[in-house]
Amino acid sequence: MNTLGKVFKYPDNVDTDVIIPARYLNTPNAAELALHCMEDIDKDFVSKVKTGDIIVAGRNFGCGSSREHAPLVIKTCGTGCVIAKSFARIFYRNAINIGLPIFECEEAVDEIFANDEVSVDFDTGEIKNLITGKTYMAQPLPPFIKNIIKHGGLLASLKEAAQSE
Amino acid sequence: MGMTMTQKILAAKAGLDCVSAGQLINAKVDIVLGNDITTPIAVNEFYRAGFDKVFDKDRIAIVLDHFVPNKDIKAAEQSKTCREFACSHCISHFYDVGKMGIEHALLPEQGVVTAGDCIIGADSHTCTYGALGAFSTGVGSTDMAAGMATGTAWFKVPSAIRFSLKGKLPYNCSGKDVILYIIGMISVDGALYKSMEFVGEGVKNLSMDDRFCICNMAVEAGAKNGIFPVDEKTVKYLKGRSKRTPVVYEADEDAEYECTYNIDLSQMKPIVSCPHLPANTKNADELSNVKIDQVVIGSCTNGRMEDMKAAYEVLKGKTIANGVRCIIIPATMQIYRQCVENGYVTAFIDAGAVVSTPTCGPCLGGYMGILAAGERCIATTNRNFVGRMGHTESEVYLASPLTAAASALTGYITQYKEA
Repeated sequence: MNTLGKVFKYPDNVDTDVIIPARYLNTPNAAELALHCMEDIDKDFVSKVKTGDIIVAGRNFGCGSSREHAPLVIKTCGTGCVIAKSFARIFYRNAINIGLPIFECEEAVDEIFANDEVSVDFDTGEIKNLITGKTYMAQPLPPFIKNIIKHGGLLASLKEAAQSE
Repeated sequence: MGMTMTQKILAAKAGLDCVSAGQLINAKVDIVLGNDITTPIAVNEFYRAGFDKVFDKDRIAIVLDHFVPNKDIKAAEQSKTCREFACSHCISHFYDVGKMGIEHALLPEQGVVTAGDCIIGADSHTCTYGALGAFSTGVGSTDMAAGMATGTAWFKVPSAIRFSLKGKLPYNCSGKDVILYIIGMISVDGALYKSMEFVGEGVKNLSMDDRFCICNMAVEAGAKNGIFPVDEKTVKYLKGRSKRTPVVYEADEDAEYECTYNIDLSQMKPIVSCPHLPANTKNADELSNVKIDQVVIGSCTNGRMEDMKAAYEVLKGKTIANGVRCIIIPATMQIYRQCVENGYVTAFIDAGAVVSTPTCGPCLGGYMGILAAGERCIATTNRNFVGRMGHTESEVYLASPLTAAASALTGYITQYKEA
């Protein structure tokens, strides 16, 4: 699995309040929520993002609230993956649990800019900037986590584990 | 090698003799928590994955607190989803309007959580219960669904930072000033993926409400959990409340910590976090020219009885400054009732404040105190991100109840001083 798309670049400490403001959390409907993805940090994100595009951000991406709505709206908008220097821990596990691919790579974040064309190989963690031709290797995911992503999320992996017992 | 207090609990819950930092484990959970925002997604995921039974109806807590009494039709639908799920699975700890409180004040008060527990909650401030000597951490809705179905959760065993406390807080400081000071010192990702373990002879001088407040905001430093040792105050608090037998865990003497910070509580000063990050801290007395439009005293961080008492001590017999809206929100119905009985509510109203029934409401910009563009609020809540309490051009300053109440009287950020 991989993704290829244009980069949306954001700074350190992007919090879940700007990813999906709480004023919209009165519905669990992903499509409805996704209309407001990144609204309080980048009001043009939803109109510009195309399937496969990539969010690149600094440290502590997704800090704040535990709302799973945050990775959910990013995924529902068609975003292929998120690359950051680091992720807030609840966002990290939520992304894995719902099957949104995420990668940690400091060097890539420093050298990739908004609107660059980038491809990411989910199996190997290789990030390639098609503008500069430079490649980067993200921190590999532990097998346990790869297994969750392979099943498309935590519940599907649990279900399969229960059935194979 | 020895284990930290957090690691001791996780090892026991995973059925292992020993765990070490970085290890991935599957642990049994004692309580799985959700609220009216996160539970509906968990319910959808639970059914979509084909589960039809919860692992234990007595080990799940569902608290309607964010948007209740329902702020609008959609919020009402979400509450209804929670209510129907709780009813059809006979969930024992379901708290609806009239019984509810803000979850992280309510569950300790009702004895649903206790020392030695492993607790996951689909709310980031679930780390609050570390004050009781429990391992408690925030997760998402899918984890909640998996927890409700299996009674287990996966964890990466955290390393730890130790905060060694000594001395006693000055009269105008509380647990809020301690945790804001720490976040200012280590920043919003200073404890990322880690435990914050609070130790030292100063612990005994902190009330349970101080400890709840400190652990509550561990997540604002990026931590997985905050945790206090169990002492006489904890035991006294749990006595008569705890629905299950508390279990006391202690860190090994040779436990490994990434680093230790020594904090002298007697040197603490009233702290305020400036927009738009909890780590942007300043001493309150440096901000006396900052004019405010609104004051919020409440939330899972500071809506407890001691917080209400602090607000009362400052506001009784006084008048809130012209042009300032002061909103006071006791965190649970028990606290609300006690505020009525103690005469606090009358004093708040006489001072010109409004008193709401328990809700998270304004803290997360839900309702009950939303800010317009250009408006500024000093709040005892926990986050001051862009747009957190309303318009993206509004500002939130985080402070203790004493500082917030003192500011309500002057209309400017004000450090509380005894008359």
